[in-house]
Amino acid sequence: MRFGLSEEQTLLKDNVNRFLEDNMPLDKVREYADGGSDASIWQGLSDLGIPALLIPEEFGGVGLKPLDAAIVAESLGHHIAPGPFLGSAVMAPFALSNSPDGFAEVLSAIATGEHRVGVAFGEAIARRNQASVNVKDGKIEGTSLFAFDADADSYLVADQSKNMFLVSADDDGLSRSNLTTVDRTRRTVELTYSGASAKPVSTDSSLFDRTLDIGRVMLAADTLGAAQSMLDQAVEYAKQREQFNRPIASFQAVKHMCAEMAASLEPCRAMVWFAAHALSDVPEEARLTACHTKAHLAEVGQFVSRTATEVHGGMGFTDLLGLHYWFKRIGANRQWLGAPEFVRSEAAILQGVD
Amino acid sequence: MDLSFGPEYDDFRSDVVNFLNNNSDKAPKGGDLRGEQAKDWQKLLIENGYTCRTIPKEYGGFGAEPDIIKSRIIGEEFSKSRVNPGLGGQGISMLVPTLLEMGTEEQKQKFIRPTIHGDMIWCQGYSEPGAGSDLASLTTAAVLDGDEWVVNGQKIWTSTAHLADWIFCLVRSEPEAPKHKGISFLLFEMTTPGIEIRPLVDMTGVANFNETFFTDVRVPKNQIVGERGQGWQVANAILGHERDTLAPPNTAQTRINALVELMKTETAGGERLIDNPIYKDRLMKIQGRVLAMKYNDMRVLSSRLNPGQDASLSRMITKLQGTELRHELEGLAIDIMGEVGLSYDDNPHLRGAGSWQREYMYYLGLIIGGGTSQIQKNIISERGLGMPREPKIEKKAV
Repeated sequence: MRFGLSEEQTLLKDNVNRFLEDNMPLDKVREYADGGSDASIWQGLSDLGIPALLIPEEFGGVGLKPLDAAIVAESLGHHIAPGPFLGSAVMAPFALSNSPDGFAEVLSAIATGEHRVGVAFGEAIARRNQASVNVKDGKIEGTSLFAFDADADSYLVADQSKNMFLVSADDDGLSRSNLTTVDRTRRTVELTYSGASAKPVSTDSSLFDRTLDIGRVMLAADTLGAAQSMLDQAVEYAKQREQFNRPIASFQAVKHMCAEMAASLEPCRAMVWFAAHALSDVPEEARLTACHTKAHLAEVGQFVSRTATEVHGGMGFTDLLGLHYWFKRIGANRQWLGAPEFVRSEAAILQGVD
Repeated sequence: MDLSFGPEYDDFRSDVVNFLNNNSDKAPKGGDLRGEQAKDWQKLLIENGYTCRTIPKEYGGFGAEPDIIKSRIIGEEFSKSRVNPGLGGQGISMLVPTLLEMGTEEQKQKFIRPTIHGDMIWCQGYSEPGAGSDLASLTTAAVLDGDEWVVNGQKIWTSTAHLADWIFCLVRSEPEAPKHKGISFLLFEMTTPGIEIRPLVDMTGVANFNETFFTDVRVPKNQIVGERGQGWQVANAILGHERDTLAPPNTAQTRINALVELMKTETAGGERLIDNPIYKDRLMKIQGRVLAMKYNDMRVLSSRLNPGQDASLSRMITKLQGTELRHELEGLAIDIMGEVGLSYDDNPHLRGAGSWQREYMYYLGLIIGGGTSQIQKNIISERGLGMPREPKIEKKAV
């Protein structure tokens, strides 16, 4: 019995972390937040083989498992890196490689990082503003709100009945407009369809559910990494900052805030590992664990991001330290792909309670 | 990630299950420590290696090599089938491991066998009215007079002192030494003249705790574990044993399942409480936390099996998180029942034999006992996160 990462997984984690430490310092985060491009960071991650991780070997991928992807998601969250990882490296490869229709060509292009796929699932989860997606005779009409990755080459779109389609961003029947959100480390768009061609990916609602599960676990892993970074920064700041002639880290009030963050966050690591592992290896527990992990990390993330900011005092509230980028990213992860109350209600339904 | 224990352990698990199927009718139902049935059951469990498993045969144990997976399987199967897992108490769980590590050969021969067979019941004399979280400031004095220690002072929270035959007790034997270096670990009989016990009723209505007073209690010189002044190290070895057992995650799992059942059967205004969206959300929230602690526990187990894996922080937070979680879980059951949740003792509307109220209060006790939540947070921040201790305040001159 071994609960934890293998040597290869630890190596993967170290490689991604090293790359991001070198290439994703805070000024790069700011650059992207102010309208810069994520092309070079995505290129670098592609050189490391990240978009190919989950794609089966027959389509030019590496054929690894969700746990490997979760390790990458955690690192990306830790460094609040931009890029289309969630859609392009995880959800789209998962849906397309499990689709009964062949997507070999797209998958091969995704694997190299040259083709980016975004995700527009909101209308199938908890649709807002009465937005809806309607596909008839291969043509798509309607709107998807808050699709992620503004710069995608195509979008994996779900309608209200959990049917999934692939729509090309080049299609004249698709227009997209950027939606400004508090999270400046990733960009969301509104997609408006007027007769673009929609290639069917799946009419099997269980494939949609499993695609959603893996996406949720990745968001949880992203939050885990981002929250861990905030806790580390808070502890470090408290050790440096002096008031009343002593480091504030020696005050029990401050120590207890940090201890509470660590005590809530540390079990989340094991939870994210298990949830990711269950997606491939413990199918009977996978859905319930994915729901709980998404919701639990949303709550712990909210607590840690608020408390870590507070430990920094007034500086935490300013733009100077950039702490707010982590705070907002954790906030966005909470809302995306199902807010915690919705996800917990799904968890109840899975146990025969509705 | 490899969650399987392997075929050898599957066989072991079915042995345990078979044993339980064939013998569980012999197990005592209540918690009577002195009963013959309890002792016979204990004997049977030791013979089969289902309790006191790693205690050497020469001291009355089963004599197996330590194997944490087997111990875990035994724990899981006994808990699943709700069969009495054998005698507990501080003698078996805390004193015996300490004697095995620090005791003399004579002490091991004399104390371990009767303790694990239920013929010698122990209580623990650590805390004092003036030494709780700051245990090392204890003042119960032991002065050597010829071949005997003369003990004077007062202990508090001495669980089962009124039932115990013997006590293991921390005393100040070197008043001039720094506080952690002036303590010794003594063993003595509760029938020794000069001991007075006063029961201390807790908020659940039970008098399990006591205040214990010592007036010129004479203890033979050789009834000390470790050297003079080494008592603090001896005690710390035991506190480690204690903390690990305070909030086991598999019992939280059992309790949340019971809570789901309760919410499916209880109604308010004709509506099942599980259908109330607010209660349902609170339930799911707690279930998520129970799961997080379950996986955290698997990680801790794994780190004990695989050298090189580090789960020290996971282990450090278990007592804090586990006890707070259980307190909230039991509290939710009370909340959903409204006035019915207040029922206690002989109330005809009692649910779950009163366990929800009892455990709710009991876990508040555990949040405080065995190192309070606040002490746990000090430990986590200092040893886990490397934050500095609070500056010491100089002791006032008397």
